[in-house]
Parts: sequence; C-alpha cells; structure tokens
Amino acid sequence: MLNQLTISELTARLAKREVSAREATQACLDQITRVDGQIHAFISHDAADALAQADAADKAIAAGEKKSLLGVPIAVKDVLAVKNQPLNCASKILGNFVSPYDATAIEKLKAAGAIVFGRLNMDEFAMGSSTENSAFGTTKNPWDTTRIPGGSSGGSAAAVAADECIASLGSDTGGSIRQPAALCGCVGLKPTYGRISRYGLVAFASSLDQIGPFTKDVRDAATLLGAMSGVDSRDSTSVPQPVPDYTKALTGDIRGLKIGLPKEYMIGGLDAEVKASVDAAVKKFTELGAEIVEISLPHTDYAVATYYIIATAEASANLARFDGIRYCARVDGADPIELYSKTRGAGFGPEVKRRIILGTYVLSSGYYDAYYLRAQKVRTLIRNDFLKAFEKCDVIATPTTPTAAFKVGEKSDDPLQMYLSDIFTISCNLAGIPGISVPCGFTKNPKLPIGLQLLGQPFGEESLLKIAHAYEQATPWHREKAV
Amino acid sequence: MKYVAHLARLALTPEEEKKLSAQLGSILGYIEKLRELDVSGVEPTAHAVPMVNITRADEIRPSLPHDEALRNAPKKAGGLFVVPKIVE
Repeated sequence: MLNQLTISELTARLAKREVSAREATQACLDQITRVDGQIHAFISHDAADALAQADAADKAIAAGEKKSLLGVPIAVKDVLAVKNQPLNCASKILGNFVSPYDATAIEKLKAAGAIVFGRLNMDEFAMGSSTENSAFGTTKNPWDTTRIPGGSSGGSAAAVAADECIASLGSDTGGSIRQPAALCGCVGLKPTYGRISRYGLVAFASSLDQIGPFTKDVRDAATLLGAMSGVDSRDSTSVPQPVPDYTKALTGDIRGLKIGLPKEYMIGGLDAEVKASVDAAVKKFTELGAEIVEISLPHTDYAVATYYIIATAEASANLARFDGIRYCARVDGADPIELYSKTRGAGFGPEVKRRIILGTYVLSSGYYDAYYLRAQKVRTLIRNDFLKAFEKCDVIATPTTPTAAFKVGEKSDDPLQMYLSDIFTISCNLAGIPGISVPCGFTKNPKLPIGLQLLGQPFGEESLLKIAHAYEQATPWHREKAV
Repeated sequence: MKYVAHLARLALTPEEEKKLSAQLGSILGYIEKLRELDVSGVEPTAHAVPMVNITRADEIRPSLPHDEALRNAPKKAGGLFVVPKIVE
C-alpha cells in the first residue's frame, strides 16, 4: 500500500520508476475515502488538484529532475497559507477565505517537489489540546475513535497515523505538534524558535509558535526539517543559522552522549504505563551506549501558569486582526466598533473567546505588571533552568504527555484540566528550544500509543534527531499501524 | 467582564458572560501561583532567541497585487474595502 510508505521509501521507489506520484497520491486519496468518515482528519481536500500536482511531478521525474520531495503527498494543518486553497484555522470567522499567497515553509516544500494537498483539522486558531475546539467537528484518534487525537494539530497527527498522507505539517505553540504525535503514535518535531520562517502561519502566540513536521519515522522528520529551515526576510524572527543536512546526523551511534532526566517530571498524575514505557526507553538508551544523568528544572511547576499568561496576551493582540474589515464573515453594525464586536462574537468559538478575554485582562491597565511582566520574568527563569541543565547533558528525555489519549468529551468542560495536560510540552516553547516526540510503547487495554519526548539545546536538532533515530531503529513501535 | 469584553471588541451573550466569569476566576486563581516566586532582578524574556534591529533596504519591491489583497473582503467597491461611516 503506497500510502503507508515513508518519504524515504516513496522517493526511492519513485526514483527507480517502480511507482508513479499519481499512484502514490491516489493511494492517499483512496485511504481518505476509506477511513476519513470515521477519523475526520481533513476539513477539506481537492483531489483533482492533488492529482494534477502528481502528474506534474511524474513529468518532472521522467525529465530526470532530482528534488528531495519530488512526488511526495504532504497534507497541511488549516493554519498555514497555501496559495488558492481555503484557510479557516478551523474557525467560522474566516468564512470563505482563500489564501492569496504561500507560506514560506509551503513555498520551500513546493520548490522541493512536494504535492501539497488538503486542509487538516485542528483546534480553532490552534487553541486546544484535543481538536474538540474545531468549528468543523472533532477529529478522532485512529487507534480508538472514541478518543481524541490530541491537539491542536490533531488532524495532522491522525492523517499520518492513518496513512492518509505520507507526511503532514502542523504548528506547535505549547505542544501542539508533540502532544498529538504522541497520542497518535507518530513522530512530531517542534524546531528551535526561529529555525523555520513563520511567514504565512496564522499567528497565535508569536514568541512561541513554530511550524514542524509529522512523519512516520525520524528520518522523514530530518528530511522535512532540512527542506523548510532557513532565514527569511519576511519573518524577522527567523534566525540566520546555517541549515545542515539533518539526515547526516542519523548515524545510529549515540555512545557517550548524555541524556538528562529531570526529576521534576516524575509527577503525580503520571500514568503508570506511561512511566514504565519511558523508563524502558531510558534503559534502551543506556544499552545503546548513552549516559544517563539526573538534572533539575526547578521552575517546571510554574510553566503552565506562565504559558497561559504569555500565550493568551499575545493571542489577544494577534487575533485583533479578525475584525470583519479586510476578511472574515462580517456581521454588520451601526458603527465600526459594533461591527467588530458582532463579527467576533459570532465568529469565534468558546475557547478562543476565553483566551482573548484572559489575554486582554492580563494586559489591561493596572494588571500588566502583576501578570504579563511577571510571567515574562518567570519565563527567563524557566529558560535559564534549561540552559543550566544543558551544561550537564546533550538532550533531555521526558514523557510527552502524562497519560495516553483521553476520551472525547472527558475534559472539554474543564479548561484548566485541559491546560494541565500540556504540562510536559509547554516549557520547551517558553525556552525556545527544539523538541521531538517519538513512539515509545503502547498501553495494554485499550492499545493506545505512548510518546517519548526529547528536548534539545537551541539549534541542537542534530543531536535530537540522532538520539531519536537510534532509539527508533532499536525498537519496534513506529512500525505498528493504527488502521 | 463587560469592560474586558469591550476592550477585546467581543460581543458576548449574558450566558457567555456568566460562564466566562466563572472560568476566568478559576484560571486566574491557578495563575496566582506565580506570586510565590521572587523575580526581583530578573530580566523579562520577550523572545527566546533575541534578535534586534532586523531591517531591510528601503526600496520598492513586489507586494500583494491590489485585486489579490481585496479578494477576501466581505464588502468592497471601487477597489476599496467598504466600512460603516466613521465620521459625520
């Protein structure tokens, strides 16, 4: 089944002309027809356009063109601009918006020959941890359709886990790539802040957001990271750091590398099966020759509170642009203020309203110092914790999530409980460091994936990928199929 | 809640106001834990990878074509966005 292939497997077979890009794309489209009624990973997709791109790729292959992603079908979270495709951020407010341009990451994937298709479901404006906050319905976990796929990039994770595409893109502000990757059993990478240009990514919290890939193995994550990275004049926070060939780091040799275990992450509320899987992964690292060191991240307990001040403050400012003037489904008013309020009141869902209100409050006169400024200072302490820890180790290993996938509806009435499910992933964004989640086992009954998170030094993606790859090659988890 | 909703330009129903007030109360209660920390002398972090003064040459370069910029407008006329009357 061509839709089950990894990027490296598919490109090898395309190069040998054993298969065509059209066949691979058709296999993905057939899988969508077969399973997406149950899973609902896609908000929409344009099959004819995907096949037209595939035909163009087949022509290029026949003409002898060599590009790293030529003919590879990649699906995209509904928060990234793809020229002439709809963009809704899984919200009602954007109405019939069609992107007038490509995000830089998309431009780069297209330049590398990828077939960019489909709009993947998500929590509205990337705010959520379960994909239940979508205005287009909930995505279901391919391993158990009574459960959530995680979020906010739940559609991106579910589509890869269910082999509805070869790979996908998501965005990660507080764990929105790593958490769903863990809960759906695929690889999810959040790069260092500034590694990939955010131009064309609808902003949620600008100082935390990063684009990243969902893939079936670590090698594919390395390939996509390399294809999308680099400085961009259209995003002044992108960093002019050279882009290495990340696949060269995948040597399988991790002897002598130091892996830190933060004692603060072995909290109450950590599921016993998750803990056992992470412990087993740590044992595997030592068998592979890595050295385990205990480290401390003393401000871990303050990360969720810090995050929900900073992220909502930035969101309240970023989402001001959705006012019904230049785009959006407008609701008329007697004056501009009434038009804005009515348009936004009708268009935004409950979680987005909650976060805009919280963010507006913490930035408002009289509260700024007590909340926002204090949170920014605690952010410094959290970042310093990591920089200090990295004096003792090359990467840090933790569970990605405290539990496996929870049931649809289980936490949707309690925002604070939902926020606390992000406890292991949030610090990484505050510190701006890279993180990856790789499959590290399953719960017994029901069988649900468990994720191992590895956190790296700023621009330390090579060590991160090297260790993740060595672990993956020594374990069977990534080969298990959900559907 | 009414004041904050006005600042945010967000029309809320009475039910939404009531529900959001309660939820905001519990979230703010949780956030209070940041007061436990001594942050005196700590510099705030606005961006994890600090970059300053990123500028480009001040020269004309291609930008979004006019009709493309207007493509998603809810109301337009004569090549412009149409809005409610602002000044009498």
